[in-house]
Amino acid sequence: MAQHPFHDVAIVGIHNTRQARVLEGHDDRTITMEAALGAIADAGLEPRDIDGVIGPYGSDFLYQARVGPAWRSMSPLGIPALLDGVMAIASGMATTVLFATGGAGSYTQRASTAPWTRPTNEFVACYGMYTAAEFALMARRHMHTYGTTAEQMAHAAAVVRNNGHAHPDAVYGGRGPFTAADVLASRMVADPFHLLECAMTSEGGAALVLTRADRADDLPQRPVYVLGGGTDYYGPAYQHPPVWDLGGHQRADLVAGNVGRRAAEEAFAAAGLGPGEVDVCEFYDPFSFEIVRQFEAYGFCGPGEGGDYVTSGAIEPGGATPVTTDGGTMSFSHGGAAVQLLQRVLRGVEQLRGDCASMQVEGAEVAMCTGGGAGALFTDVVLLGKERP
Amino acid sequence: MTLLRPQSGDIPLPVPGPLSAPYWEGCAAGELRFQRCGACGGATHTPALMCAVCTSADLTWAVSSGRGEVYSWTTVWRPQSPAFEVPYVPVIVEMEEGWHVLADLVGCEHDAVHIGMAVEVEFFPHPAGITLPYFHPRP
Repeated sequence: MAQHPFHDVAIVGIHNTRQARVLEGHDDRTITMEAALGAIADAGLEPRDIDGVIGPYGSDFLYQARVGPAWRSMSPLGIPALLDGVMAIASGMATTVLFATGGAGSYTQRASTAPWTRPTNEFVACYGMYTAAEFALMARRHMHTYGTTAEQMAHAAAVVRNNGHAHPDAVYGGRGPFTAADVLASRMVADPFHLLECAMTSEGGAALVLTRADRADDLPQRPVYVLGGGTDYYGPAYQHPPVWDLGGHQRADLVAGNVGRRAAEEAFAAAGLGPGEVDVCEFYDPFSFEIVRQFEAYGFCGPGEGGDYVTSGAIEPGGATPVTTDGGTMSFSHGGAAVQLLQRVLRGVEQLRGDCASMQVEGAEVAMCTGGGAGALFTDVVLLGKERP
Repeated sequence: MTLLRPQSGDIPLPVPGPLSAPYWEGCAAGELRFQRCGACGGATHTPALMCAVCTSADLTWAVSSGRGEVYSWTTVWRPQSPAFEVPYVPVIVEMEEGWHVLADLVGCEHDAVHIGMAVEVEFFPHPAGITLPYFHPRP
């Protein structure tokens, strides 16, 4: 196949700071900068090697390092921001880009759900909506349509949480192991989601460094290449009824319930690969059902088969498509309002380097990393590879 | 079991804008309003400048029958904030005119809800002033 411009870009440095329920003495700015400096060091670079930045404190980094003029993305978070940096490098606007994100100190009113889960909007806020309820409305519709069961979703949560149980840096490391029955015995948050099927709230920072693939070989870490990526959006999150069947004008199966399908198709096309060639699925796990849903949306199984897929053994360590190998947002960390939307990418990089601290997939060559979810009306996908295409 | 009732605490209330004011004014007048398209006849909610079906800008406000069926639901036990009494049951209702609206269910036990449940709008003035639509079961 023809080279895709993304293939000119490699991830050469990553860093997760310490993650915890609360990081005393930190705020968003300090934990973001700690992550940034860690990723630059991991890449074997110096702050003034950076000539492009992504993230809310990117501009702060430029000033502190006195490294301007430089390129800056105005995209704030997640895989879309990562792909901004990839495109900047592929088009020659930047050579070495830092993407840093972090959260600390903003969640103080603990009797309420975290502030990032409850955006104010006149059509949802007065009905007590927040993320768990939004995602629950999508999950319930799938259960009704396909017969997906609470036990199947709970099993997916148990698999993810058990990966976190084994990760030394997970906020909830060592808290397991869990069975599906344990998950179903935890208190109900928003039916069908029990507490152990929901993302946590936590604090932390995460960062990575991108550079041109032809420069990556001179750096100390094994480079990880960007094979393809895509982003799917159906509208602003948490403002309108999260209707499974929203959309469908481009193609009947491209509805909000399948969000991420088009993004995955684009990513696979750019990579020249299909679902059968993915070795590790670093799927975003805000709620248990999202694991079920994504295997359907990306074509690992057919419509309505996600419940059977996640209970088939395929997503466990040693299965065909191990999922969220560090425990994800349920057990590893959420890191604040946006950090978690980058952390799947960091773990995918570790899996391909071969140094993931939990559930390392032997010989992993292709990782699929995602962010978002149907309840938020968006899903982003990036495919990473050990070898340059 | 808990009989579901409207929330009366210090909850976040709508602040109507230029697009949504007719919707909230309708609620105060006991009408559930949506936007009807002059070009295709389609129904639009939440309030918009384009028809959700055909993108025409020829939209006028119409009054719904107020009747629909539950399209999806959740029962919330961990509230958005302590201002909410639990449990409460957010539902997406598919209205007879073909549009979807999100609101909370009232007037039945919390475990009576199911997809396909026939419901009808009911308006409740919140103590702070604005009138909110809820849905209750209908025969």
